[in-house]
Amino acid sequence: MSALYLLIFASLIVALGFLGAFIWSVRRGHFDDDYTPSVRILLDDNPEDAN
Amino acid sequence: MSTFSYSKNDTQTSHTCYHCGEDCKDEVLHTDNHTFCCEGCVLVYDLLKESDLCRYYTIDGAQGISPDPGFFNGKFDYLDLPEVASKLIEFTDGKLTAVNWYLPKMHCSSCIWLLEHLYRLNPAVRSSVVNFPEKKVRITFEASQIRLSALATLLTRIGYEPYLSLDDLEGKQKQKWNRVRIYKIGIAGFAFGNIMMLSFPEYFHLGQSTSDQDLRLLFGALNFALSLPVLFYCAADFFKSAWSALKGRYLNIDAPIALALLCVYLLSLYQFIFQTGPGYFDSFAGAVFFMLIGRYFQDKTYAGIAFDRDYKSYFPVAVSVLNADTETRKPITELQKGDHILVRNEELIPADAVLKSAKALIDYSFVTGEAEPVERTKGDTIYAGGKQKGTAIELEVLQRVSQSYLTQLWNNEAFNKEKGDPNQTLAGRINRYFSLTVLGIAVVTFLVWFFVLNNHETAFLAFTTTLLVACPCALLLSSTFTNGNLLSLFGKNRFYPKNAHTIERLSHIDTVVFDKTGTITLSDDAVIDYVGRDLDIDELTIIKTLAVQSSHPLSRLIVKHLPGIAVSRRELSGFTEVAGKGMRALWGKTEVKIGSASWVGVTLEEGEANRNSEVFVSINGQITGQFTIKSKYRPELAETILALKKAGIQTFLLSGDKPTDREYLTGIFGDASAIHFEQKPQEKLDFIQKLQNQGGNVLMVGDGLNDAGALRQSEVGLAVSDDINNFSPACDAIVEGAQLSLLPAYIRLAKSGQRIIKQSFAISLLYNVAGLSFAVTGALSPVIAAILMPLSSITIVAFTTAASNIAASRATGKLTNVINRQV
Repeated sequence: MSALYLLIFASLIVALGFLGAFIWSVRRGHFDDDYTPSVRILLDDNPEDAN
Repeated sequence: MSTFSYSKNDTQTSHTCYHCGEDCKDEVLHTDNHTFCCEGCVLVYDLLKESDLCRYYTIDGAQGISPDPGFFNGKFDYLDLPEVASKLIEFTDGKLTAVNWYLPKMHCSSCIWLLEHLYRLNPAVRSSVVNFPEKKVRITFEASQIRLSALATLLTRIGYEPYLSLDDLEGKQKQKWNRVRIYKIGIAGFAFGNIMMLSFPEYFHLGQSTSDQDLRLLFGALNFALSLPVLFYCAADFFKSAWSALKGRYLNIDAPIALALLCVYLLSLYQFIFQTGPGYFDSFAGAVFFMLIGRYFQDKTYAGIAFDRDYKSYFPVAVSVLNADTETRKPITELQKGDHILVRNEELIPADAVLKSAKALIDYSFVTGEAEPVERTKGDTIYAGGKQKGTAIELEVLQRVSQSYLTQLWNNEAFNKEKGDPNQTLAGRINRYFSLTVLGIAVVTFLVWFFVLNNHETAFLAFTTTLLVACPCALLLSSTFTNGNLLSLFGKNRFYPKNAHTIERLSHIDTVVFDKTGTITLSDDAVIDYVGRDLDIDELTIIKTLAVQSSHPLSRLIVKHLPGIAVSRRELSGFTEVAGKGMRALWGKTEVKIGSASWVGVTLEEGEANRNSEVFVSINGQITGQFTIKSKYRPELAETILALKKAGIQTFLLSGDKPTDREYLTGIFGDASAIHFEQKPQEKLDFIQKLQNQGGNVLMVGDGLNDAGALRQSEVGLAVSDDINNFSPACDAIVEGAQLSLLPAYIRLAKSGQRIIKQSFAISLLYNVAGLSFAVTGALSPVIAAILMPLSSITIVAFTTAASNIAASRATGKLTNVINRQV
């Protein structure tokens, strides 16, 4: 049965990790603008930019 | 009445500007095998070409912006004043500085591309990041390499003039986006999911063995721990709002929710501590999670549109002050009585002032609704808010900006009170009856179990679970999701309500009041007729060439209405323009005069003068004829009014203008008493108030500062704007000019919205009846609660979304047919 306890805590820690990642991303402003990045990714840079 | 005598064959093939995509009306310029409509567009093209940014034109939907011709060097010099700069700068470490500017002209994906490549135009720019929904760009630059004014000038030169308002200078920028809300949803969702998972063993019945008992304790403890942040952080707003309502001795929609949440939580806590059951932590966290999502969905508004602008955002930030012949830019908040200011063409007069130049032509249309510019002579007092048309004028300031005549309207109490009591909303009203009923059922259940059946334990259980299943969160969800979805549906049809309450007030409208100038007339277009002898193509060329020289609005309209005529490059000699009179020039040996009747030498009969704007043309002393210019009404106006009348809505017209077109408008509005001319802003406000006192629910449609009071006083103030990013006075909703004809459909859609909310209330009641029948018998197990709660929520969300989408396509579908018929 002790394996069960271990697994429960492991799963909780993983879940908390995701919650932490979510809070970090909100704090970094990832949720402030949900439109522009979807356009930006389709706009190519000019070739000379790449150098 | 004859029309212009040139035939179609004479007109040149139309050219489209390579930069801005507009038809080239005034002139056609050729550069690099591309055609351009004006010097401004060519300049932007050259600038982009120089920096190798021509890829801009290859991006889908690229449509450049013609830079503002009113720009002049030094316009942004005031930005370099330390006290101004410090308020605009978001961040600086001495080396790198960041500003976050609002660029209202931003409109497509190529704008994003160009603005994020600013560093190519000026290497001092380190990075620029666009937030498109908010139309803002955050620019990080090296402060030692480029000044703030130079940065603003760079943006203006490529067409994106930053919008800087007095509010920015007073440091009153509002944080529109609230991240706390997202944190709360995230944490509630996290807790809900995990509690649900940890509750599963309990649903499928743990055994009675010691190890199972240990697990039960562990699961219970974890659920309890996970529920704490939900109670104290995520659900805090519900408790706070309910508490403040109770303190004010009324019931708001949050009060029954808070009560239900509290009861469920206390019952779960009791069951957990005394080990009598697993509790309802999962239902508790789920309810909070769904309600937070509903609120988020409803409150998501249009980030790029400002609804709460007052006169301050209409005024320029700085003016040119003359000081012993040197011109400096000064923030208008620092303008003192006695200062001499210089106001250029199309610039706004920021404070009440005395005219020092010989003549001025002031356009008050935005302030008073007068369609035509008025002439002022030296020594006249000019009130703030007017726009100068023509050459630059000098003025002496009489009063500080904050004390000017125009700003007095804002002292009216209508500007201080909040519109519409949120507790009077449909959901709020239904909820009150609902809560009282549920509380009644719960008390009766409790009394029956306690005294009649004499089962004390079940009495408490039945009481709390009754409150749990009847949790009004389903009711809350039905209104939040319906309104949230309607907001986005309205937005798709280019009608932008400020918030959900506006939609509800819109559904009750029974009176619509229209402003005239700029609202039901087209601000940038007019009907121009020419009466007189036919003009040949040479003469039309002469007229257009002469009219191009002038910035008078009538000249601009004439230029616009001779689209097929090329402007001659030939020099006009002896050109003179007298403001408010007309122009004279020599074309070779031909003398041409364009202007008022007295200017060209026509004597008008009594009563004939000034009925319409007229421009006379004389060539070599011979009067050839006159252009009459009338304001042009929106083509769908008559049909819109008719549709409103059919829907049983009263219509009125309030105009600040002279009584022109009275017969035409009476024909449309059906009744001469519905039309009122020469209304001052205060009178408009009073008129709305009078209608309201007679029990009317008034929708005011307006566009200018002269309507600001009426917009504020009415139940729904609707601002009409041909470009939603332009200035519009404080209002509850903004509609694009071309979409005004959809107004009856918008009202119909708002009404359907209210019906949908009622229908989903009915659905949630069905769930409640089912749940209550379990609860009053004391047989509601956590499993049934855990199934019922999300099931009812999801059904309601699905129903409201589907129903409001169908209602929207019905309401607007009918009207698209109307529009198609007209085209």
